[in-house]
Amino acid sequence: MRHLPAATGQAWIDASFLDVEEPLKSNAVELADIVKQFPNPAGGIVNAVDHVSFQVRDGEFFSLLGPSGCGKTTTLRMIAGFEYPTQGRILLHGKDIGQTPPHQRNVNTVFQHYALFPHMTVGQNVGFGLEMKSMTRAEIDRRVGEALDMVRLAGLEKRRPSQLSGGQQQRVAVARALINRPEVLLLDEPLGALDLKLRKEMQLELKTLQREVGITFIYVTHDQEEAMTMSDRIMVMNHGKALQLGSPAEVYERPNSRYVADFIGETNFIDGVLKTPGGGTAVEVECAGGLSVQAVGGAGLPAGAAVTVAVRPERIAINRGFDNMNCFAGQVTDLVYIGTDTYYTVRLEGGQALRVREQNADPTERVLANVGDKVQVTLKAESAVVLVE
Amino acid sequence: MIGRTKSRLQLFLLMLPGTAWLWLFFNLPLVIVLFISFVERGRAGGIKMPPVYSLASYQQFFDPLYLGIFGHSVRIAAVVTFWCLLVSYPLAFYIARRDERLRNTLILLVMIPFWTNFLVRTYALKQVLGADGLLNFGLQTLRLIPQPLDLLFNETAVVIGLIYGYLPFAVLPLYASIEKFDFALMEAAADLGAGPARAFWRVMLPQTLPGVVAAFVLVFVPVVGAFITPDIMGGGKVEMIGTLINRQFGVARNWPFGSAISLVLMLLVLVGVILYFRSGEEDRRAL
Repeated sequence: MRHLPAATGQAWIDASFLDVEEPLKSNAVELADIVKQFPNPAGGIVNAVDHVSFQVRDGEFFSLLGPSGCGKTTTLRMIAGFEYPTQGRILLHGKDIGQTPPHQRNVNTVFQHYALFPHMTVGQNVGFGLEMKSMTRAEIDRRVGEALDMVRLAGLEKRRPSQLSGGQQQRVAVARALINRPEVLLLDEPLGALDLKLRKEMQLELKTLQREVGITFIYVTHDQEEAMTMSDRIMVMNHGKALQLGSPAEVYERPNSRYVADFIGETNFIDGVLKTPGGGTAVEVECAGGLSVQAVGGAGLPAGAAVTVAVRPERIAINRGFDNMNCFAGQVTDLVYIGTDTYYTVRLEGGQALRVREQNADPTERVLANVGDKVQVTLKAESAVVLVE
Repeated sequence: MIGRTKSRLQLFLLMLPGTAWLWLFFNLPLVIVLFISFVERGRAGGIKMPPVYSLASYQQFFDPLYLGIFGHSVRIAAVVTFWCLLVSYPLAFYIARRDERLRNTLILLVMIPFWTNFLVRTYALKQVLGADGLLNFGLQTLRLIPQPLDLLFNETAVVIGLIYGYLPFAVLPLYASIEKFDFALMEAAADLGAGPARAFWRVMLPQTLPGVVAAFVLVFVPVVGAFITPDIMGGGKVEMIGTLINRQFGVARNWPFGSAISLVLMLLVLVGVILYFRSGEEDRRAL
């Protein structure tokens, strides 16, 4: 159940936009049953990466997403060649590179703290890779100029990295890697050191750049919003394992585990027991406090199985949508206005608390209910997803 | 204003002991040495009374014999410094890459010899290298050599003694700069296609150059003027500038000449150090 796309036989969400036929593309990178073990300082060994397999398609923006210590950076470092896998194969365009030293792999990395050479100018930094390939001075200069143009740093060749701002250093790091025209570009939390506003700008810029150059990007981040914004596909990792792989919409709409549902976006979790067998168009889940929830998913589960129902706050409506399949009475216990939206906490009659997010689209109806008000909350069965763990 | 006056007085009082000490025991003797170097020698040591101004000591220094000794000292110092750096860099690298506890222990081991008297250490080394010393005994027992190697009372002995004595002065500054080095830069270099050797020459060595230069200065400067080690290890057969100076104030009884050589040596070292700091400043400005 923990393994990758669990999308078969789950036609329970009107999400036809998810099922766009992908054109057949070759794999830029393939990891097959990769394990990486490290000695544990406290004794024994730990599996930093634990039997992970996945394929990255040519020209794709692929993200490895997970909390710190989940194995995403180790996975990236194995593709770069800074670590060698304990077990498994790494293929770069079909060629096994698992044991090839980093300087002989045609991949390049944008490091977390950029790792620009402080004793060299920007131009020398960007041209370093070409210099290692023994290109002529003129050719190097020309391509350095082009690369700096591409990241909008034209004319800064003579500066030292320390004379640049964080965002500029970041761009130099990208130019230094891309100038080598790698088969795959690896990015290790490249925006982590930037402030929020600059980070948002750079996200879009990197995404645009990736489309322009058409190079496969593998991007490591712990920021789910960043992964959603930029990626074609996301692989969610935790404890060295790959939990789910899919498009941003897939992992958001069809999380395959409680962990993924919790890590990506906000979610209400309601524990319960299946009253009808899982799968099909709707299932009934008996929850604590006599609450009966119409939900979807749980294919293959028998009646009586212990499950968790996951509901996104924005999929719950207050005092509207009465044709929805679920309708519960409750009382508002908390209210937080955040501008675009208002968050309500509603305690249902059975005791279950739900977080509800209502958009403030209409300025005259900014507040749908006040603290203490009795309200009706409604949600579609399709908004309640049955998860096992 | 009162506060400022008071703090000035405090500063003066705080600096007085140190300043007085330096003037009395450093600057004043230096002036005396300077003075002595410009007068004629006395018959039985000291200087001629009343003093007679003379440039003879400096002229004497430019005698090929003494220039030769000077050149010889510089060559020995260069060889010693070269070997010290060559041995220390990998050692400092190794230590800097250990985890913190092991690192501190290893640095302690490098420093332990400092706690033993230099003279005692040199005599100990002499015992090891002697014809019936530990090294020759060991090699002969293992039948690796037919007869004892001539390891004492020659230039090799002096070089070995000096390398042994000054190795920690090279290890410590190198360790300090390698420990600060960001090893992600080596990964970046490898990522961009540089093999280990090229990554070292193009990235690590330039980044740790301040440590290399500091190690160079800390070894080269004292070794040029060394006199105890050449005296003991060379058995009086190896003449260096330090032993020459030592002799002028001893058996040769030529204080003015000894003073003149000392000052020339000092001047050259000073020029070297100034050049070193100049180049360092340019680097910093560029950064």
